[in-house]
Amino acid sequence: MDFGFTTAAYVVAAILFILSLGGLSGQESAKRAVWYGIVGMALAVAATLIGPGAGFWLLSLILIAGGGAIGYQLATKVQMTQMPELVAAMHSLVGLAAVFVGYNAHIELGNVLAMDDTARKATEGFAALLAKKDSVEIAILRVELFLGVFIGAITFTGSVIAYGKLAGRVDTSATKLPGGHILNASAAGLSLLCLVWYFNTGGFLPLFIMTLAALFIGYHLIMGIGGADMPVVVSMLNSYSGWAAAAIGFSLGNDLLIVVGALVGSSGAILSYIMCKAMNRSFVSVILGGFGGTSGPQMEVEGEQVAIDTDGVATLLNEADSVIIIPGYGMAVAQAQQAVSELVKKLRAKGKNVRFAIHPVAGRLPGHMNVLLAEAKVPYDIVMEMDEINDDFPSTDVAIVIGSNDIVNPAAQDDPNSPIAGMPVLECWKAKNVIVSKRGQGTGYSGIENPLFFKDNTRMLYGDAKASLDKLLPLID
Amino acid sequence: MKIGTPKETFEGENRVAMTPESALQLQKLGHSCMIEAGAGEAAGFSNDKYVEAGVEVIDTAAELWETADVVAKVRVPNTEEMAMLRSDQTLISFFSPVADEAKMKEAAEKGTTVVAMEMIPRISRAQKMDALSSMANIAGYRAVIEAGNNFGRFFTGQITAAGKVPPAKVLVVGAGVAGLAAIGTSTSLGAITLAFDVRPEVAEQVESMGAEFVYLDFEEEQQDGSASGGYASVSSPEFREAQLAKFRELAPEVDIVITTALIPNREAPELWTEDMVAAMKPGSVIVDLAAEKGGNCKLTKMDEKIVTENGVTIIGYTDFPSRMATQASTLYATNIRHLMTDLTPEKDGVVNHNMEDDVIRGATITHDKEVTFPPPPPKVAAIAAAPKKDKPKELTAEEKRANEVAAFKAQTRNQVGLLAIGGVLLLAVGLVAPASFMQHFIVFVLSVFIGFQVIWGVAHSLHTPLMAVTNAISSIIILGAVMQIGSGSFLVIILAALSVFMCGINIFGGFLVTRRMLAMFQKS
Repeated sequence: MDFGFTTAAYVVAAILFILSLGGLSGQESAKRAVWYGIVGMALAVAATLIGPGAGFWLLSLILIAGGGAIGYQLATKVQMTQMPELVAAMHSLVGLAAVFVGYNAHIELGNVLAMDDTARKATEGFAALLAKKDSVEIAILRVELFLGVFIGAITFTGSVIAYGKLAGRVDTSATKLPGGHILNASAAGLSLLCLVWYFNTGGFLPLFIMTLAALFIGYHLIMGIGGADMPVVVSMLNSYSGWAAAAIGFSLGNDLLIVVGALVGSSGAILSYIMCKAMNRSFVSVILGGFGGTSGPQMEVEGEQVAIDTDGVATLLNEADSVIIIPGYGMAVAQAQQAVSELVKKLRAKGKNVRFAIHPVAGRLPGHMNVLLAEAKVPYDIVMEMDEINDDFPSTDVAIVIGSNDIVNPAAQDDPNSPIAGMPVLECWKAKNVIVSKRGQGTGYSGIENPLFFKDNTRMLYGDAKASLDKLLPLID
Repeated sequence: MKIGTPKETFEGENRVAMTPESALQLQKLGHSCMIEAGAGEAAGFSNDKYVEAGVEVIDTAAELWETADVVAKVRVPNTEEMAMLRSDQTLISFFSPVADEAKMKEAAEKGTTVVAMEMIPRISRAQKMDALSSMANIAGYRAVIEAGNNFGRFFTGQITAAGKVPPAKVLVVGAGVAGLAAIGTSTSLGAITLAFDVRPEVAEQVESMGAEFVYLDFEEEQQDGSASGGYASVSSPEFREAQLAKFRELAPEVDIVITTALIPNREAPELWTEDMVAAMKPGSVIVDLAAEKGGNCKLTKMDEKIVTENGVTIIGYTDFPSRMATQASTLYATNIRHLMTDLTPEKDGVVNHNMEDDVIRGATITHDKEVTFPPPPPKVAAIAAAPKKDKPKELTAEEKRANEVAAFKAQTRNQVGLLAIGGVLLLAVGLVAPASFMQHFIVFVLSVFIGFQVIWGVAHSLHTPLMAVTNAISSIIILGAVMQIGSGSFLVIILAALSVFMCGINIFGGFLVTRRMLAMFQKS
């Protein structure tokens, strides 16, 4: 097979990938869209395997099959609450693969440059591609693969840390080494020096030093970001893995890599932007870690939290006509989505209007809550976005807050000195009654006091969300 | 202060503004009470009862008007009584500032303070003094009784040994105080009661009284009564048409119609037209409580009972409260007593006419030789306005257009600016980079562009599947590894093989998990 066929296959694959992403605009078309992606990927890999330059295709197939088996295991075993971890872990693989491929390109380049003219003509595959390059092109190639390795390395350690934080294996609070951002800045500066060095000499050492620096940046950057900002981090890493693929695509001269890398990169960038906007924070302040730009003391919260027991909640629910449930990360942690779904089924069977209000940054991954609720067989047409449902709270009898905190914090609107001032929030306190299911009296992830818990129409249902709901279910008649 | 109540001079008026019971309460406020001899006779209160209650019985009206500091009566004073008014006297009475404007001015000139009972504002605090409501309540009750008196059948349906009796069907138009009282009476007598009002928010009250609310098939946003102090206001011609059409439909079915529709300071709206009367069954009864203001039915004759050619009785009495003088007097006297309580806050028998008080200010139509009607709007809204959704201000067409143009311009500026910067950057790169690089670069830029266009359309709820799928396809980097695996040194093979392996995990894992997630999304 010649190069023309491979290119044609790449074009088809690229179109399929674009359709695959575009198809995610609706739940029904999304089911078809995944198949576009799968076919596109199969086509691309097959074309490359039988195309020019690829050797050891049997080995490749075996490795893909082996990897596929593990991937299959992971995908079928993973619980929906663990999605954020899985996605983060997978990003790290892409990052590491980008680093390896970049290193390979470097080694090949060294080999090819060392050859004399006759040997160059005898090369084939990737090496042949390199052999044809003139000196300017080689210089550019160096920059490209350098960038690919740099972004790949950041993605790798960043994703590993993000995985650790999401899986609870690394402390989720924002921690920084002494020196803070200066460390990151100096590591970045060091990498820039290495780029100049590498650009001129093409030696292995600057590439290696840069890789270490980039690994450190990835580690330190994500360590400094708190758990509540994880949706942004995950989508940002998603974006990075795309850019890394694009950079590698440049160095390999492979258009499909570039196309897909750019698609993924821009997708992740847009997701990060949407998440940041939902939290009313600038991207930079999220990435640099910690909440920025507050002045003056926060408003004192007055009053006390009034507890309620499951009997009281049952009475409220039995009398209510309209109920809105606001799930958060706490629901995922307690694995309470099945119990919530049961509750909804019971309430709906009684003819009550039950809906879900989903804040864009609820959970630890964009769209996390939607996936969890879908898993628990909650029909998606009663799951509303913040903007769709926020006006309905005043006419709602009971709002149930399950394991969310900052996204229902009235301080975002009332207190200009609050760290989350200006963040759009679900105005659940406007409902006639608010029930907050919460483990204890402590503050949430961000450590911000929530005046909602002290409002007159708020009742606190302490205890594990799942246990509370299980107790509540038989009481709904 | 001396509070005196003369005998009502208006013919047929049986009510009296002071009862022995209210006199006792008034005395507790530190006042002394006087009553003209025989004033309570028609309402069933004899002079003896008043004397028992400590009320001084005065023989003539002139003497009473002469000595009383506060005169409390029911009807607006006639010319003779007006002549007896003096300055520094307070008159408490029904006194329409519109219909009796001349008398109001006369009173102002004399320096008499006039408190008009119909001007008591409709706020919660003043309900206890709201004589209009207490009288309307009686009128509503009496209207049903009067209708029953003229109706040849039972109200309630019965199945007796002598045959089956269908229940009467009563339509009450206007669910104000009188309307609601009529509804209550009618339902408790066992009639099937229908009720209509232009204010849809009273449907709940109507239904709570056991009647059926007549809904119109009408799209227009119906009025919110709270804006006009709980009273109905004038409705649009389209609405009126829909309303009349509904009534026409009901006319042949109903046995008794009680109309209570009044709009403050206006002639009563015509709601029951002649053709509807003609459509009614013989023996049906119409009680028009709006007769005083021209009637909701134009055939109504004020203060008369007529029978139309087709045998429909139309009752236009305006003196329903007076027909139940004992009850009406008790309620009215209590209203007055409550008003006096507000006027004597210290309970020391000294009237403190506080013009800062919403209720007193609102009801006072002359004070200090000046006409003080109309009053300023009360500081407390009569009824809490129904919570309205914040409607975005309706922009005029021009403003909308201007906004659109401005937005369009800003967008254009933005877009052109970005395009210009992007273009310059591209050109700058093109100047230094070789052609082979530029080919790839163009592909890259276009792909980013497509990515931005496509991703904005992705549904919020599908963001997690989006991440999983992009994660899977970012494993496209496997292509690089596959291309490298066949060439070069051992190290290259190892690294490439590892990459292929990892990408394999990613591709399968990513796509499968996406499918798993998407399969879970389902409609109800």
